[in-house]
Parts: sequence; structure tokens; C-alpha cells
Amino acid sequence: MASNRTGTLVAPRGRWWFPLGKDEKLWFAMAAIWAVTMFAMIFFIWPAVGDNQQTFGGYRVDEAEFALLTQQFIEEHGTGENLFGVPVVAPPPGSDVYMLATRYQFRPVVQLQRGETYRFLFSSNDVQHGFSLQPDNINLQVIPGYVLAVEMTPEKTGEYEIVCNEYCGIGHHLMLGRIRVVD
Amino acid sequence: MEALRAGSWRCQVTGLHVDHSAEQLIKFNAVTAVLYLAAGGLMAILVALTRWEAIHILDDAEWFYRLVGAHGTAMLLFWILFFEVAGLYFGGIVLLNARMMAPAAGWAGYILMLAGSLGMMVTMLTGRATVMFTAYPPLEASQWFYLSYILFAVGALIAVVVFLVNVVGARVRGEVQTLPLFTFAMLAAAIIALFSLISGATAIVPLWLKSIDAIDYVDPGIYRLLYWGLGHGAQQINLAAMVGIWYALATITVGAKPINEGLSRFAFVLYIFFIQMAAMHHLLVDPGLGRWVRTINASYFIYAAVLGSMIHAFTIPASVELAQRTKGYSRGLFEWLKRAPWGEPGFSALVLSFVMFGVMGGISGVIIGGPQLNMLAHNTLTVPAHFHMTVVSGTTLAFMGITYYLVPLIFRREVFQPKIARAQPWVYGAGMFIFGIGMGFAGHLEGVPRRHFDIDFAGLPMANGVFDNARVDLFLATMGIGATLAFIGGAMYVIVAAGTVFLGRRSEAPDIGRVDPEAFAVPAVSGASGEAEPEAHRDLNQFEAPGTFAIATAFLTLFVLLYAYSWFELSHVSWVIR
Repeated sequence: MASNRTGTLVAPRGRWWFPLGKDEKLWFAMAAIWAVTMFAMIFFIWPAVGDNQQTFGGYRVDEAEFALLTQQFIEEHGTGENLFGVPVVAPPPGSDVYMLATRYQFRPVVQLQRGETYRFLFSSNDVQHGFSLQPDNINLQVIPGYVLAVEMTPEKTGEYEIVCNEYCGIGHHLMLGRIRVVD
Repeated sequence: MEALRAGSWRCQVTGLHVDHSAEQLIKFNAVTAVLYLAAGGLMAILVALTRWEAIHILDDAEWFYRLVGAHGTAMLLFWILFFEVAGLYFGGIVLLNARMMAPAAGWAGYILMLAGSLGMMVTMLTGRATVMFTAYPPLEASQWFYLSYILFAVGALIAVVVFLVNVVGARVRGEVQTLPLFTFAMLAAAIIALFSLISGATAIVPLWLKSIDAIDYVDPGIYRLLYWGLGHGAQQINLAAMVGIWYALATITVGAKPINEGLSRFAFVLYIFFIQMAAMHHLLVDPGLGRWVRTINASYFIYAAVLGSMIHAFTIPASVELAQRTKGYSRGLFEWLKRAPWGEPGFSALVLSFVMFGVMGGISGVIIGGPQLNMLAHNTLTVPAHFHMTVVSGTTLAFMGITYYLVPLIFRREVFQPKIARAQPWVYGAGMFIFGIGMGFAGHLEGVPRRHFDIDFAGLPMANGVFDNARVDLFLATMGIGATLAFIGGAMYVIVAAGTVFLGRRSEAPDIGRVDPEAFAVPAVSGASGEAEPEAHRDLNQFEAPGTFAIATAFLTLFVLLYAYSWFELSHVSWVIR
């Protein structure tokens, strides 16, 4: 063992840079390989093979304008039905879906067809909100002044709840939304 | 050096000359830290027992949200930063055996931090700043909240600069050449603190200007970017400081010496260069970032900072193993571990903190910090579960462990109720372990949101019974039970720490348990001789720490398995997302 090793609370004496021992070298190599593997996974491998990507992006938007566009979207594709006081909208496959997070609801309730792709446009007209789709547990950040544009394709039918998971005010824990997927 | 220096006293245990100004600053900062820990703990138990749905102790949502914010602020900012400032003065002045330069600036920093922290606590608890720890705009708080925040940050910045001035001063005067490893870790923490606090200032100052109507608009997306430079950066300060304390505890309790001084220091350098990138983990599902910046930052660029932690994950137990083997505990792979001083609070705190930080906090952090897997974790209880395992089980427990040695030495008093001290890390550690399991599973398996008053949604029909199942109840109950146990462990710590400070028997040479006699030994001329002693009997073809290598390999295997399983889970989400 090295005779001039000192503790961690006193200054090391003399030269303190020594070649790595066998186990240090081996561990460093294993850790480095693992680090590069994880990098490859998020950068090359999953983008090539996975269905759940993070290639989505966003753009700035005027808050009032986004609320207006959502209202137009509701009027254009609304089914006339209201679920819990929130309008229900059935947009055609491939279309844009406006989803407005506003204290304290997600507007509108959306009815989608299984296996079809929609381009969701998320924004808020008051404070930040969290889009949390349950029970699949998909979570996205909703920020006023920005649109988050995400292409989403439901693969199973059913009722999905949207829970707000970014604190948005005193009614945060009452903020909900709904997506319905049908055949 | 032997003569009594003006303005200092000589410690009978360590032989160090302790500067009076540094001593007083360490005392005030440490006591303030422990008081904030006590306050934050009281708030913690109320929050945790509210989230345990069967108890739901607070029935007022307003108070719940106030306390969530105030708990986070008291703990993450005040307990930890006041303690770290005490650590900076200890590492940068006392350990270097130096006289303190610019003590007046140190006091100015302390007073600003104290005033700022009190202002933030008062505004948060009186409902003038119910904006959570993060204070995301457009949520609005009182101008006094933002002003207090700025005062606190400026005070902390001053403390960091005072530390840097003292370290550089000692170096320039030739009193120190190579820094002790602990001080080197504190230096890394201080450098990370510099850019964290500056990033925080650029985020908070505009919010203050907006609150006094000096400007019209603060961009919430840009705020998040700048704010997290502080919000996550502050945790990287904790990381560097905690690892430094791990090394210190290993030396104090078993006489460990770094297995490879250079490698340990290199790992800290990796932190300085790469870890701040992790700030962007919080923005992985935000609009406004492109794929490149998400990936480069989320990976701390090829996980270079993770590599730093992996190095410490090996070198710290290896140093303990080597020290134990030197003492003759060298049979088999693990006799060194079996014969370790498990009853010594510094050692049990080191091991529990190290294991929970690495296995629960570290692995979960790397997994949820990737851009794609983050979609399954963002803003769910998985996130606070992760950072409670790093900042509470890791940092806080390590800070508690070092308290049992440094507080008696600095205050020159005997430890109050050493039996409580010996049990404390075990109680606290067990509580946090149970807490982390419950919270982590509630977030990860069930998607339960963080910062949420009532996942029953007051019975709203639209909720459709989301989260209404036995698993969620079980996990949240587990979390509540763990929190209760950790609260007891935390109270034990406060009793011992406060008891030592105020009631401990005065002693010039307090008994701090079995401390390695050479732990603090000041070399005659530290590093100045430049004479390198030859490396005796070191065979580079032999395993120096085979037991540690086995443990580390098991850890890496678990890491790989959990990482792979996470991708498997993501592949089973029933939505295609692009």
C-alpha cells in the first residue's frame, strides 16, 4: 500500500497523482462504457426503434389567440354533447386537436378514433399546468404563451382521465379533463 | 505554529488553530440550519399525513399548498445552504489552519441570508406567496417574497466569495499548497454555487421587477430555464458537499485514506464541468426546446457527470475497505465490512446515506432524467421520491452524520445523549427508506401527481375513479408511515444537536467516539516539501479492494436491469407519441 496516502481532511503530502490500480481501471472502464451506452440509448437506439419519442417541439402563441382558436375548434367539430359541463369534440383523424388548460379544467373533452394520429396543441391562457394522462401516465408541461405540439396515436379504446400535475392555484386538485378513444 | 495565535484557539483534539471569527460564523450558520430543519420537519409531517388519504390531516387546501412550498424552501434552501456555509468556513479556514480573512463580509452574508430566509418564510406561511418552491410565473407573489429571495441569494453568494477569498489567500500566503480532499470538494461545491446563484438571480430579479410593476411580462418558458439553473444547481452544490462529507466521515470513523487521490479529484472536476447541464432535466417535456439540447443536456453530455458519481461510488467504499484491511480485517471479501464500526453514528450515517443516495436516488435520477423516459415521470410523485432519496436520505443524513463530530469540536461540548445519536441514523434512514418506496411506487406505478391536495378530487364524477384503488392507498400509507418514522428520527437529531449546543457539558477535548488519531493530524509543512515518498509495495496487478469491486459490480448490474426495465415499460404505453 502507498505509504504517503493521507486522510481526506489533511493536505496530501508530496506527489498524489498515481496510476490507477487494477480494480480502479476496470471499474472506470465499466462505468464509462455504461455512460456511453445510456447516451446511445437516448440518442440513437430508442429514436430508431421506439414508439414514444420526444421529437415534439413548440412555438410561441398569443394566449388570447390560442383560447379563440380552441373555441373555433370546439364549434367546428363539437358533437353538441356536454360532459360534466365541458363540450365534447370529435375531430377527424389526422387533424389538429386544440387542448386548452385553464383554471380549473382541460377544454374540451376529446373523442378520438383508435389507431388514428392527431396533432395535439397544448397551451394555457392563465398559469402553467401539467397534462397528465391516466392511467397510462404520460406527462407534459403546459405553459401560457407557448404551444406544445405533440403527435399522438391511441392504440387502445377507453376513457382516459387528464389530471393537472403542475400546481396552478387553490383549485389545482379539482382540475380534470377527459379523452375518449372509440373504435 | 505551536504558539497560540492571536484571535484563535488551539483544539485539544485535532491540534488545529481555530479562528474565532470562523468559529462564530460556523456556530451561527449551523444553529440556523438546524432550526430550519426542525421547522421544515414539522411542515413535512403535516404534508405527508395529508397525502396519506386515509388520514388527510389538513382539511384546508390553502394551508396544504402553503406548507408544501414552505417545507421545500425551508429544507432545500435554508437547512442545506446554512449548513453548507458552515461547511465552507470549516473546510476553507479551520481545516487549512488559517486565519479568517474578511470576517465582516462573512457576517454580512449571514445577516442577508437570515433576513432573506425569514422574509420568504413569513410571506409563504401568511399566504402572500403560495407559489411553491419553484415560483413559476405567471403565478404571482408579494414583492417582499421576491425581494427576500434576492437577499438570501446575495447573502449566499457573499459567503461563497468569502470562502474563495480565504482559500486563495491561504494558498497565496503559502499556508497550503494542495488542498485537503474535503476542502477540494467544498471548492467544487462553491464553484457550482457561483453559477447556480447567478442563474437564480437572473430568474428571480425579473419576477421582483414585475411585482413592483417595473416591467410588464416575464416569459414563463425562459424563467423555467434560468430558474432551474438554481433549482437543480443548488442540488449539485449539495452533491459535491455531501460527497466531501462522505470522504470526511470515512476518514473520521475508520481512518480511510483515498484509494486514489487523483481519481477522486478528477471526479469532482467532472462535476464542475458537466453537472450543471442536469438543470435542463426539468424542461424535458416543455415546449421550446429542440431534440439536440434536450439530449445533450439530459445526458450531461455523454453522462460525464454520472461517471463522476460512479467513481465516488467506488473510491469511497474502497477507501474504507483498504483502511479496514490494513487493520487486519482482511479475511474473505467482506470481513472489513462486517467488522466496521456500525454503532458509530458517523459510520452508519455514511453507509445509509451512500447506499440510499446511490441505489434509490441515483439510479432513479438517471432514469427519469432521460428525455423519453421523463414523460412517465414528470411532475408525478416519482420526482419528489427521487429527490428525497438524494437530498434527504443522501445529503441530509450525511450532514447529520458529520454533526456528531464537528459540533462537539467547534462548540467544545460533549455530545448530548450519545445513545440517541447512535440510534438516530438508523431510525431516520429506515423512515426515509420506507417513505421513498411508498412515494416512488405511487408516482411510478400509479402516476399519482406531486403537490396535490386531494387525489379523490372531492368525489367529482369527471374523475371517474382515477387513483381510486387499493394499490394507491397502500403506497400512500407506506409513504405516511415512513414519513412518521423519519420525523421521529429527525426529532432525535434535533434533540442531540440542539442539546449538545445548549446543554452539552463544556469540554476542551470532547469525546467524539472512536476517531482515527491521524484524521486531523496536520502535517508539519503540508505539501510544501514537495518530497514524494515512494509508493511502497503497491502491486498494480492486484485487486486492492475486491469486496468493493464485488459490491460495485452488483450495483451496476442492478442499475442496468432497472434502466432496461424502464424502457420496457415505456414500450408498453398504449399511445404512440412523436
